[in-house]
Amino acid sequence: MSLLTLDGVTRSFDGFKAINGLSFAIEPGELRAVIGPNGAGKTTMMDIVTGKTRPDGGSVRFDGHDMTKTDEAGSARLGIGRKFQKPTVFETHTVEDNLVLSLKDDRSVFGTLFSKTDHAARVADLLALIRLEDRRLDFAADLSHGQKQWLEIGMLLAQDPKLLLVDEPAAGMTDEETERTATLLRDLAGDHAIVVVEHDMEFVRQLDCKVTVLHQGSVLAEGALDAVSANEKVIEVYLGR
Amino acid sequence: MLTPAPLNRKRLLNTRGWTFLIVLAAIAVGVPYLNATGALPDYAVSLIGKYLCFALLAIALDLLWGYCGILSLGHGAFFALGGYAMGMHLMREIGDRGVYANPDLPDFMVFLNWQELPWFWWGFDLFWFAAVMALFVPGLLAFVFGWFAFRSRVTGVYLSIITQAMTYALMLAFFRNEMGFGGNNGLTDFKDVLGFDLQSQDTRIGLMVLSTLAVALGFLICRAVVISKAGKVIVGIRDSESRMRFLGYRVEGYKLFVFVLSAMLAGLAGALYTPQVGIINPGEFSPANSIEIVIWVAIGGRGTLVGAAIGAVLIAAAKTLLTGLYPEAWLFVLGGIFVFVTIFMPRGVLGAWDSMIDEMWHTRGMDPRERRLAA
Repeated sequence: MSLLTLDGVTRSFDGFKAINGLSFAIEPGELRAVIGPNGAGKTTMMDIVTGKTRPDGGSVRFDGHDMTKTDEAGSARLGIGRKFQKPTVFETHTVEDNLVLSLKDDRSVFGTLFSKTDHAARVADLLALIRLEDRRLDFAADLSHGQKQWLEIGMLLAQDPKLLLVDEPAAGMTDEETERTATLLRDLAGDHAIVVVEHDMEFVRQLDCKVTVLHQGSVLAEGALDAVSANEKVIEVYLGR
Repeated sequence: MLTPAPLNRKRLLNTRGWTFLIVLAAIAVGVPYLNATGALPDYAVSLIGKYLCFALLAIALDLLWGYCGILSLGHGAFFALGGYAMGMHLMREIGDRGVYANPDLPDFMVFLNWQELPWFWWGFDLFWFAAVMALFVPGLLAFVFGWFAFRSRVTGVYLSIITQAMTYALMLAFFRNEMGFGGNNGLTDFKDVLGFDLQSQDTRIGLMVLSTLAVALGFLICRAVVISKAGKVIVGIRDSESRMRFLGYRVEGYKLFVFVLSAMLAGLAGALYTPQVGIINPGEFSPANSIEIVIWVAIGGRGTLVGAAIGAVLIAAAKTLLTGLYPEAWLFVLGGIFVFVTIFMPRGVLGAWDSMIDEMWHTRGMDPRERRLAA
């Protein structure tokens, strides 16, 4: 059974159909790239999946749950992690505290108020993975752009989500960082299903996975990158007539 | 290179916290002593007690604003409600010693030709009931207000404006005689509390000492919240609310918790304030009062708790001095101090102090991260 299923989802903003009969499915552990021109509905799609935006119609099911009835916190608790294009870490918290806040644990007010959980071991593992061991006690504000991206990835891993939504991870990265990120995402797939929304075709090529092309709020084409880029309709949308 | 230490757990009391508590203890012991030797005039004791109530109020607002980023421009309302709850008890304590010598009704009700005590005055003849109400009523108002505001995701300046509107509306309501809280004049002419004569110096000293205890208690509660994991969540909400949601935290719940706790502490401060100044009137609800609390916190240093208390005492003392000497100049001086601090000490007096210490660590070639661990 698919982990995430969107079926005939629609959503309009002031009459503009941002999402128009969108249907696709993500399998557990799958790595998927979602591409599409500006305004294709990529961000709205992620907002709907995470419960930030409610669809006007259609169904969104994740791991047996109806995602049209939940909110952001609810989707996160069910196992959806979301990474934004702009790295959003908690600048006035230390690297360590950023990770501690992300780790799977009781999220209720009283749970956190009296929390005694010792996260030392997991934090150490994560710090090693994202190569920020020696920045543990630095404020996240003092990290470089690339390091913030990595910290955010560490925070997502700390959540241990079933599904990761990643918005343009390569934006603003150097070539080397981009390559490392692609490797990391490929490694993570399998343990987590990952949906990467991306503009950068070179990066998508490095991901080496199934590609979904969105256009005007619905799926235009789906398949391997080579097949998709040879598709007449895709070329038309991307290059114009 | 730092050796990997066990997880960074902040202590309830760091050096600054201890210093603060020791200063409070010194006030609790030193002020009565100096008063007894005659070095400190009688009126100064109640004045210090009043400043301490302001300090607690500032700490309460700092928890909300400094840590959770919710700028309440109506915190004076919670303070005033706590003050009114205590004032109502003190009114009932007057009994038949009022001008009209009516054993069942406070003077202002007799004056208005009321025949019986309104239902919302029931129970206030009991001290414990009034004490509970001084916390419960501000807490309930904060809960109802916060429930709707936070669920509708009202944030930032919009929230500030509606908190301001809330206190303004309450002020107008309390000004009305028909409300049953003494209208314009408020509640005053108190005689005693729990059998202690409010005019006696011993009672005043007792209330002042009680106020230091309340400040210490309020500080410890806020500090415990701040260093807990919930405290980290709260700061996270201040810095990036939506990110916190996507991590699975229900932001509304945390905001509501901090708002209610802060309002209850403000109510406690108000309950201690009324017997010490001998009057509570609708002026306490005025928006200007609430803005003054914000200025105390900004000047003392947001997000430090101790700084808020320092700011409250400094500004309140300056106000007492200046309104005595040059009443017209006070608002200009206050505005001037606020502008100065905003420009030259954006993190307030205590923030500026911290930066100075950090600077010293740097010049000695030490890692500021070690200091951060101890903070």
